[in-house]
Amino acid sequence: MSSIGLPHFLIVGAALFALGMVTVVTRRNAVGILMGVELILNAANLNFIAFNHFVATPGSLAGQVFSIFVIVLAAAEAAIALAIVLAIYQTFHTIDVQDTDLLRQ
Amino acid sequence: MDNLTSLRFFVPESVLTAAVLALFIEDLLVRRSAQREIILTASAVAWLALTGLALAAMPAGDVPLFGGLLQQDPLRVFFCWLFLGAALLTILIVPKSRQISSARLGEFMALLFALLLGMFLMASATDLLMIYLAVETVSLVSYVLTSFRRADRKANEAALKYVIYGGVASGVMLYGMSLLYGLFATTRVTGAGGIGSQLADVTSSLFRAHAFGGQPAAQLSLVVAVVFVLAGVGYKIASVPFHMWCPDVYEGAPTPFTAFLSVGPKAAGFAVAIRFFFAAFERQVPGGGYVAVTELPWPAIIGIISAITMTLGNLTAIVQTNLKRLFAYSSIAHAGYLLMGLSAASTAGVQAILVYLIVYVLMNVGAFLVVIAVSRHTGGEDIKDFRGLGHKAPIAALALAVFLFSLTGIPPFAGFVGKYLIFAAVVQKGGFWNVMLAVIGVLNSAVSLFYYARIIKAMFLEDALDERPISVPALYTGVLVALAVPVLILGLYWTPLIRWAAAAFGGGNAL
Repeated sequence: MSSIGLPHFLIVGAALFALGMVTVVTRRNAVGILMGVELILNAANLNFIAFNHFVATPGSLAGQVFSIFVIVLAAAEAAIALAIVLAIYQTFHTIDVQDTDLLRQ
Repeated sequence: MDNLTSLRFFVPESVLTAAVLALFIEDLLVRRSAQREIILTASAVAWLALTGLALAAMPAGDVPLFGGLLQQDPLRVFFCWLFLGAALLTILIVPKSRQISSARLGEFMALLFALLLGMFLMASATDLLMIYLAVETVSLVSYVLTSFRRADRKANEAALKYVIYGGVASGVMLYGMSLLYGLFATTRVTGAGGIGSQLADVTSSLFRAHAFGGQPAAQLSLVVAVVFVLAGVGYKIASVPFHMWCPDVYEGAPTPFTAFLSVGPKAAGFAVAIRFFFAAFERQVPGGGYVAVTELPWPAIIGIISAITMTLGNLTAIVQTNLKRLFAYSSIAHAGYLLMGLSAASTAGVQAILVYLIVYVLMNVGAFLVVIAVSRHTGGEDIKDFRGLGHKAPIAALALAVFLFSLTGIPPFAGFVGKYLIFAAVVQKGGFWNVMLAVIGVLNSAVSLFYYARIIKAMFLEDALDERPISVPALYTGVLVALAVPVLILGLYWTPLIRWAAAAFGGGNAL
């Protein structure tokens, strides 16, 4: 394969998704976990744009529009999540998720 | 249908949007008023009534809206009424619950309306983009409402867990959606050229998906994509393995919101699931039945999830002492029963789900209301706080007993009707595994009796820890009676429930 095609994009997307998952599972810092979530969202974004270019009928923009919506929502979600992390820091004085375990039986 | 004509079917959502803005402004205007609780509650109820009017005045029909983004059909209208009912109960409960300070009541109401708007959209979304946006709207508002009491450590911890699980689940769902988009080159689920019609069409683009190296690979990616989308839905309805947030969030969130969370978003999740699976993977045949269009074993996948969900929910609920946690696990178990109806993949199964959801709203909100009424005096939600409730507050105790028996599914309570219809739909489908699923469901109901009866025993047979009386506000007593009486009546005369569910899905009565 000499030119860059759809599989290359999909492999990068899948790798981002896997890295995001690993980040979420292994990080103890709440902000780090949120970064992993962002990676997962961007993996999907990359897929959408690649599919829009290579698979969808020419002229259709559904995939690109989708990814723009995802970017906006990711920003909204990050705002809320960081506000919650801030509240966690104010009440627990740490943002380590293993130390925030009042609710456990 | 083009955008301008579609607006006629979008009035309820528009009213809700206006309500969100209006309530935020009103909250500022009545900031110094002594009557602010009453004013805010009254106007929230008025906005709900206006939404109800808009919903009732909306022309009936079965048409796609906004070029296929949304769908107007009886199922949507059914779910909208269900959500309105749950929201009304929550709004009535909130002011006297002593969990939301009067200064922030308006904010709470406005956010609740935003949540309601998201749920309305979930009930009608037929496009992957719309489904994602609606689910995220509901999720984002839920995170905020969970951490509403900012100084409360439990609330913050619950919100953190919620936002992390929610972010991952919606990310996974989004990745699945991107695969679906790649397979079908469209984000529409229904309609001409949508995922459903492409799957039904043998020469579909699925087989042209050269990117995946031919048909077997395309089929595999389809399975992966569907399982990923199921992750997002499963997280909303709190099914295994996406249930971990549920007990913590239920315990940490303000109890009136917990009550809403346990019925509203769960029902909305089922609305999405019903729409997605029936539009994409089933084809309606003359006579009202459904046949599968692909080899994809989605009913089997959901059946397995259902069995694990209800068993885990019920077994874990046994060891709980905090009532909010106990009801969280019981609501996981109920998600399992409801999934059973979905795994039947038939008109009867969906109609049974709809009946069950109506009954579930009545009994679950009722049960939480008693928890609120008790905890506003004792400050705790443990089973020991309920000891002697039969003497202290007989009406509340009796009502809770009714709701608990109904949640167990004992005749003559309405919960029995819901469960019976779901089990019947699964058995009617036939086959060894379906019957096994029904047997697992019945066994689970027996297990659930154990922990529900423990609460009833504490209320009526054990002595109270102290003799402090528990005064239940008249409003709460009224709502409790208004919830308990239908649970009793519908358990004996359930024809209206079936008629309503039949009108909402499939057209004919399949139960």
